[in-house]
Amino acid sequence: MKLIFEKSVKGRDGYSLPADLFEDVSIADCIPDYALGAKKTLSEVSEVDVVRHFTKLSKLNYGIDDGLYPLGSCTMKYNPKINEKLSVLDNFVNAHPFSPEDTVQGCLKIMYELDKLLCEITGMDRYSLVPAAGAHGELAGVFIIRKYFTDRGEGRHKMLVPDSAHGTNPASCAMAGFKSVELKSNEKGTVNKEELKRLMDEDTAGLMLTNPNTVGLFDDEIQAIEQIVHQKGGLLYYDGANLNASFGILRPGDTGFDITHINLHKTFSTPHGGGGPGAGPVGVKKFLASYLPSPLVTFDGKKYRLTGDGEKNIGRLRAFWCNFPVMLKAYAWILSLGEKGLRNVSETSIINANYVFAKLKNYYRPAYDRFCAHECVITARDYKQYGIKTLDVAKRLMDYGFYPPTIYFPHFKPHAKETMMIEPCESESKETIDQFITAMIKISHEAKTNPELLKNAPHKTPIRRTDEVLAARRPVLHYDDELKLK
Amino acid sequence: MDPKTLRFTGEHEWIEAGKTGAKVGLSDYAQEELSDIVYVEFPPIGKKVAKGETLVILESVKATSEVYAPVNGEVTNVNNDLEQNPQKINDDPYGEGWLVEMEISDPAQLSELMDDHAYQDYLKQEELN
Repeated sequence: MKLIFEKSVKGRDGYSLPADLFEDVSIADCIPDYALGAKKTLSEVSEVDVVRHFTKLSKLNYGIDDGLYPLGSCTMKYNPKINEKLSVLDNFVNAHPFSPEDTVQGCLKIMYELDKLLCEITGMDRYSLVPAAGAHGELAGVFIIRKYFTDRGEGRHKMLVPDSAHGTNPASCAMAGFKSVELKSNEKGTVNKEELKRLMDEDTAGLMLTNPNTVGLFDDEIQAIEQIVHQKGGLLYYDGANLNASFGILRPGDTGFDITHINLHKTFSTPHGGGGPGAGPVGVKKFLASYLPSPLVTFDGKKYRLTGDGEKNIGRLRAFWCNFPVMLKAYAWILSLGEKGLRNVSETSIINANYVFAKLKNYYRPAYDRFCAHECVITARDYKQYGIKTLDVAKRLMDYGFYPPTIYFPHFKPHAKETMMIEPCESESKETIDQFITAMIKISHEAKTNPELLKNAPHKTPIRRTDEVLAARRPVLHYDDELKLK
Repeated sequence: MDPKTLRFTGEHEWIEAGKTGAKVGLSDYAQEELSDIVYVEFPPIGKKVAKGETLVILESVKATSEVYAPVNGEVTNVNNDLEQNPQKINDDPYGEGWLVEMEISDPAQLSELMDDHAYQDYLKQEELN
């Protein structure tokens, strides 16, 4: 398919400007230089060319509305459309962040109640809905930890982060001025307690943990972990990335976590990916509540108010009320499911992942041969003898009409090589999951009998296999760059 | 450089110790596992590192991974050529793809590392696990 630039024909316009009525004003003088300079790369196409170009592009897209999207670690689940509709109702859309509080009591009430609902779900005492996404919530949490220890006069400057953690964990630590220290996993893929004991010292502020962890495994030693961290005066941070496998079953607050963040997008009915908007509320136990970032919503029995509240609060992280429509969708989703519904979501996501695992483990050697949570890790290691890599399996899966799972993650020792991480989510039917399993089994046969088919895959997509190395080493991000290469 | 003269770590670094300093790189097995390397981040020259600490960060099309210091020492030179040509790590891991030169502070640590023969046995185990 041609780029829109390649469809450009000199002089063909999709617009017509009215006649210039002001002879004494030079339009060229009114346009800043940077805008004039940019004009040369705008393509000259008619309106219908533009419409057809982007309609065609949109048809080439693949999303959760097209089919299964088992991208492990990402929870790319289907989100009810009714919540999207609800979030654009006139009364919400037309509320202005500068509106007097009296005129937006409904919105403030929703924020207030969402805080309470999240507390109930996670066992924390208070949430700030401010952070705009997961990593932003982490950063807020780590800032809280820093301020807490500074106030106590403790110079704890290190933070423990498991080798299985998302890259955002060490990044948040670094941004808040902590040195992040890697905590190695044990043979089971969970926290190595002996290592934790060795590393958890008086200079360490705490441990950032996801449970089930980033490998999709539940760490059943969480209570022992909690004790080790707290006995040394540290704080325990819960990364809410995998809450989709535990809400309704287990509350992080009850297992000793002091701070949490939650991804309202991804987990609570706002689509994940595509650059947002998201929301990553940060929640704390009572002793840290005064540190939460503002604004918070309070209620005096009559009126809801936006306040700065806590005297020690770490300040503002974002303008106005933050991403309110995302909060709305989460609120609606939680209330429509209720306690039992949420538990059902977790259980179904866990059952689906274990079903995939059980059906595929004889074809793809597991990284960890044990029950998983909401995602499973299998490998293509045994196809190395046929010259097949995990990448080839993933590419071939596209020919069967599926979005490939996450590949080459996890990649730490000891077992995680040539990995594929599959997260079917709760929203998929058994029929859809069976189709995926059937495709994966067929591919395992093809790997042995016709490896070339995999090595040259995909065959049926609009663009065949891309050159990832060239793309990384010499990215062409701009049409002018491409012209220079020609 | 002949791998038979090198010493290896369990994390797949190699080190060639001379009289004054040592050269460090990534083993052939490791470059193969990482696949095409697209970016290299070096430590500053003069940085003191302890065995097991991060020395170099490599980014491949698969993942970002860390190269650890095989022994205690101080970084004296880095292979600047790799910034423009990171594929040399893949093409020639024991030659032009070397990563860092360092001054060793505790030569006794070298004897804790594997020779080529032991490393090859170690790799066989890794594959079976």
